[in-house]
Order: sequence, then C-alpha cells, then structure tokens
Amino acid sequence: MTTEAATQQVMTTADGTPLKVSLAKAQRRLKIRALLLVAPLLLFILITFFVPVFDMLFRSVENQIVPEVLENTAPLLLKWDDRDGELPPEEVFAAAKEDFVKGAKAKTILRVGSRMNYEQSGFSSLFRKTARRAKNFESPYKEAFIKADRKWGDLDTWRILKRESGAFTISYYLAAMDLSYGPSGDITMKPKGEAIYLTLFWRTLKLSFLITILCLALAYPISYLMSTLPLKTSNLLMILVLLPFWTSLLVRTTAWIALLQQEGVINDLLVYFGLITDDNRLAMIHNATGTVVAMTHILLPFMVLPLFSVMKTIPPTYMRAAKNLGATPTVAFIRVYFPNTVSGIGAGGILVFIISIGYYITPALVGGVDGTLISNFIAYHMSTSLNWGLAAALGVLLLGIVLVLYYFYDKIVGVDNMKFG
Amino acid sequence: MALPAYTTPGERVWFYSYRTICGLIFFFLIAPIVVIIPLSFNAVPFFTFTEEMLKFDPAGYSLKWYEDFFTSLNWRGAVKNSGIIALFSTLIATFLGTVAALGLSKSEMPFKSTIMALLISPMIVPLIISAAGMYFFYSRIGLQGTYIGVILAHAALGTPFVVITVTATLSGFDLVLIRSAASLGATPTTTFFRIIVPLILPGVISGALFAFITSFDEVVVVLFVGSYEQRTIPWQMFSGIRERISPTILAVATILVIVSIMLLTVVELLRRRTERLRGVTPA
Repeated sequence: MTTEAATQQVMTTADGTPLKVSLAKAQRRLKIRALLLVAPLLLFILITFFVPVFDMLFRSVENQIVPEVLENTAPLLLKWDDRDGELPPEEVFAAAKEDFVKGAKAKTILRVGSRMNYEQSGFSSLFRKTARRAKNFESPYKEAFIKADRKWGDLDTWRILKRESGAFTISYYLAAMDLSYGPSGDITMKPKGEAIYLTLFWRTLKLSFLITILCLALAYPISYLMSTLPLKTSNLLMILVLLPFWTSLLVRTTAWIALLQQEGVINDLLVYFGLITDDNRLAMIHNATGTVVAMTHILLPFMVLPLFSVMKTIPPTYMRAAKNLGATPTVAFIRVYFPNTVSGIGAGGILVFIISIGYYITPALVGGVDGTLISNFIAYHMSTSLNWGLAAALGVLLLGIVLVLYYFYDKIVGVDNMKFG
Repeated sequence: MALPAYTTPGERVWFYSYRTICGLIFFFLIAPIVVIIPLSFNAVPFFTFTEEMLKFDPAGYSLKWYEDFFTSLNWRGAVKNSGIIALFSTLIATFLGTVAALGLSKSEMPFKSTIMALLISPMIVPLIISAAGMYFFYSRIGLQGTYIGVILAHAALGTPFVVITVTATLSGFDLVLIRSAASLGATPTTTFFRIIVPLILPGVISGALFAFITSFDEVVVVLFVGSYEQRTIPWQMFSGIRERISPTILAVATILVIVSIMLLTVVELLRRRTERLRGVTPA
C-alpha cells in the first residue's frame, strides 16, 4: 500500500525515470548543444585574438633575457646587499666574466646591453666594450672589469643591474608613465622636459574630448532635423550620413589632405577670395588642427546614428504639451526634449571617445608632431625604436582606459543593443 | 515644408537659420568625398583644381591616374591581395559567426552575456592594440608576414559584426515556425535548410558584407601583421600617402567611393527585405 502511494507521487516517464530527472537531462543536452555551436568561434577568437592580447600583457613585464644570459651573475646579484655602499664581492665579478665570455660567443650579451640601455643610456656601449675584452680578463676580476671600463667601479651600475636581474620588471610601466628610479632606488617623476608619455596621454584624452564635443555639436542639429522630417526626406538625408560612414577611412583622410594642405582646395579658395595672401597660406594640416578636423568628420556618423535613433522615439506631443502648458520653446527644449536625448548623447559620446583615443591612421597621416596620439607612439616603438616592452606597456595602459570606458558604455547602452547601418 | 501663416518674424529667422546650419553640416559630411572625384581627373600631379579645370578645358582633365592604377604592378598586386584576404576572412568569419549566433540565440544558452562580451571584444579593443598583440604573437609562431596570418587576423576582427547582425535577425525569429515545420513532418535538418536559412539569410549576408568591408578597409593590422607581399589596397594607399603623394591615390579613392555606394545599396535593400519579411512596413 505505502510503496504504491510513493510511486504515484513521483511522476515518471514511460521507461520509469522520474520526470524531473529526465527533464534536467534533456535541458542539459540542449545547453551542451548551444555551447557546442558557440565553441568553434570562442576557440577561434581565443587563439587569434585573446592569446595575442595576453602575449602583449606578458611582454610588458617580461625580462627573461637578463637572467637567461647572465645566468651566473643574476642569482648572485639578487643575493647581494647593495645598501652598505660597497661594490659586489669578487665572486660576482668572476661570474660576470664567465657570462660575458659565453654571451659574447653566443652573441646574446649585446641584447642584454640594449635591454639595459632602456634603464640608463651608456649600458649598450659598456656591454659592447666589455664583451670584446672579457675573454682576456684575469683574476682579480674586479680590477680587470674596472680597468676595462670605469663604470664597473660605479655602484649605480651594479644597483641597476641588480634591480633588473629578475625574470620580470616593472620598468616599462614606469617609463610609460614618465617615472624613473631615483639615485637611491626610489621611484620619482621624471623632470618636466623629459616627461613625454603623460603629456601624450593627456593630449590624447584632450583631443578625443574635443572631437567628441565637436561631433555632438554637429550631430545634434542634423539628428533632430532628420527625426522631425517625414521618413522619405529623412531617408534621403540619412544617405548623406551613411555614405561617409561606408567610405574607406583612407579615402576620407586623403580627401582632407587634398582639402587642407598648403596648396590645397581650401587655401586656394581663401586666396582666390582675397581673405589671405598667397604667401600667407594657413597651416591646417600636419598639426593638431588637421587631426581634429579629419577625425571629427570621420567619427561624426558614429554620433549621428545613436542620437537619431533616440530622437526618433521621442513623441512630438511632448514638446507640444510643454508649449501648451506655457513653456517658451527654449524652456521646453531644455526641460523636456534635451533630458530625453541624454541616453543618446551618452551612447554616441562614449562610442566616439572610445574610438578616437585608440585612433592611429588619421593622426599618423595628418597629425604632424602636435597632432599625434598615444597609438602613434605605440606603433613607433613597435616598428622603429623596437622597444617592444615599452610599446606593450603603453598598449596595456591604453587598453585599461578603453575597458573602463567600455564598462560605462555597457551600463548605459548595453553591448547587445549595438546596431549598424 | 512651408511655415504656417501665424509664425512670428523671429520664428522665421530661427527656422531658416537652423535649416542653413543643418545644410552646412551635411555639406561638411559629404563635400570632402565629392571633391576628390573631379580632382582624380587632374592632368597635373597636384591635389588641387587648376585654372584649366575651372574653365572646363578638356586639356585640364586626364585619365592617366586611372591608367596608372590599372597598369601599375604595385596596385594590381594590392587589388588581388585585398580580394583574396577579404574573401577568405569573410568566409571564415561568416561561417563561425553564424554558427555561434545560432547557439547564442537559444534560450538554454548559459553565460550568454559573458560570452557575447568576449565575442564582441575584437570590435571594442582599439585596432592598434590588436595589431600590437597580433604582431608580437604571430611573429612568435611564424605567422607574421604570411597570408594565413593576415586572413586569420581579419577574420577575428570581422566576426563580431556577423555575430551581432545574425543574432539581431534571430531575435525577431518566430519559434512557432520551427515547431510547425516539425509537426508537419520535417526533420531538424530539413527545417534548418528550408525554414531557418532562408529567413536569416539577409542577416547573414549583411553580416558578411560588414566582415568584408572590415577586412577590405582595414589597414592598421595589415601594416603590422602583413608585409609588402600581403599589401592590400589600404596598405598601398597608406604608404603612398606617406611617401610620395600622387593623384593615383585620388583615382583609387574615387573607385572605392563607388564600391561603397554599391555596398550601401545592397545593405539597404537587404534591410528592407528583412523588415518586409517581419511584417514591418516603413511608415
């Protein structure tokens, strides 16, 4: 009797398994199937995109080359106490001789030299000079080293070497933030004249903000116009926004070069109308003006599209009701219409700001000296100065800024609501 | 739009000045693109209008920059490379992106928003950072300076666009259609190819177009991950502008503007088709 009642309480499927278990199983199967569909892309993005970004993170702190080449010296240096103001003991010099001889043969020692040169200039030539002579060094090695170059008798040389003997370093980040080690090993600001990166970050933020404000000022009136016009007309005007949006970035940058340069269209027009004289042509390109004008033009559609889609949802009755209740057009706009568009302003503004702080191509072509942004310096360290560690550190800092902004963008708009065209 | 008779003079002034300002902004948007078209027919290697051009003297115009574009080995290679790289990266991005979007739109999908955020990140991260990371990593594994490296990089950059457009199409998808297909005796495979695919195809195509244009227009990543051998049209334009600027670049730019007008038309037609299929008629 009792067993019969129990089986009746739990509903089962035809083969006797409880319904709950069976349902959970089916659900799990569906879940796995959904995950399996996403898995190939996830794996692909992981390998082609995330691993490279993590590689950059790793490179910004990595310092393998020093402990690898100076394999005997580095562990001894790490144990050496540099606070008593004396040079390292003789065993360190002996180890260094061995490392230099081996490194000179394998041609790796010069790479340590150029790595250390980022810490203090002079290391590169010091290492080159010492590597040439090291095989003839004889005991006592301390004197031999100092005879080869007086810098080996300088306590600071050894202190810096000790500091950078570990497998990881923060010195790229310090350089990227214009900090450096002071004489006693404490971290200090670089003097004003040498501080380039903070100025650059600050300029990047300032120009991006200016571009965002300009985009907003230009996008607001035309988005409002398009949202109030009948659909046929507004669709036509939309083409004028979408055509630049779809046109290659380089085409638009080229167009601005043709317009803004000294012998370009705008200067020619100004001369033709007698507003400026021929030998007084305006310098509008290869400076910050060129960057701001060209980037405002390029990013304007990114501001118009979200603003327009928000404005289209505001019923015209709101404004009419406000005026009906006695508000002047200005008051009605400020107190009724404008607050309704704030979400569009936030979405477009953050989008334009995010895109412009990481912009590379346009500033590289029209920016000259005072119109270049942080990304141009990342590119410079990657391909010209070959200081990859510093390039990676600058990149990580920029990525950090973008991710913070992106977080706010997600809070305001939601990533899923992103639309194009 | 005519103004009603009761408008005050002040309102009239405001109305017309507002319209003028808007006109100027639209002019600012479109003029730079329009200006380069006549300049690309310049007979002399300058980026400005000559006296002959302004007098509409035929001697002031010439097709030689187009000739240069079509005959130069540099540009021909660039066109070929752009085509190959964009085609293969679009195929990869469209396939992987569509499959993933099908999974993401299932209601059983766990960690949906986290996965979506991960999949979209190649679009968010500034190109210079992606380029730097890929340059470091791809040179470690020997893909730097190869076609495969550039194609993989561009495919990664294109997938977010496919995922977003296809999930957007699927969000308006009526699940009853699948059940009714099943109740009428269709197997899941038949349902997929005869019901789901035709309905999401416009979304897939416009996603593919976005992926294509991303690759076709991309220059930062190709500058670092590629080399001269993989030069694409934007690569060639970039180095052309940096080294010696010639109106051939304007001729290329004009051709690209025409290509983008064509793409814009296709996307617009697809969008209208999707709306029609969903029963949304333009008001």
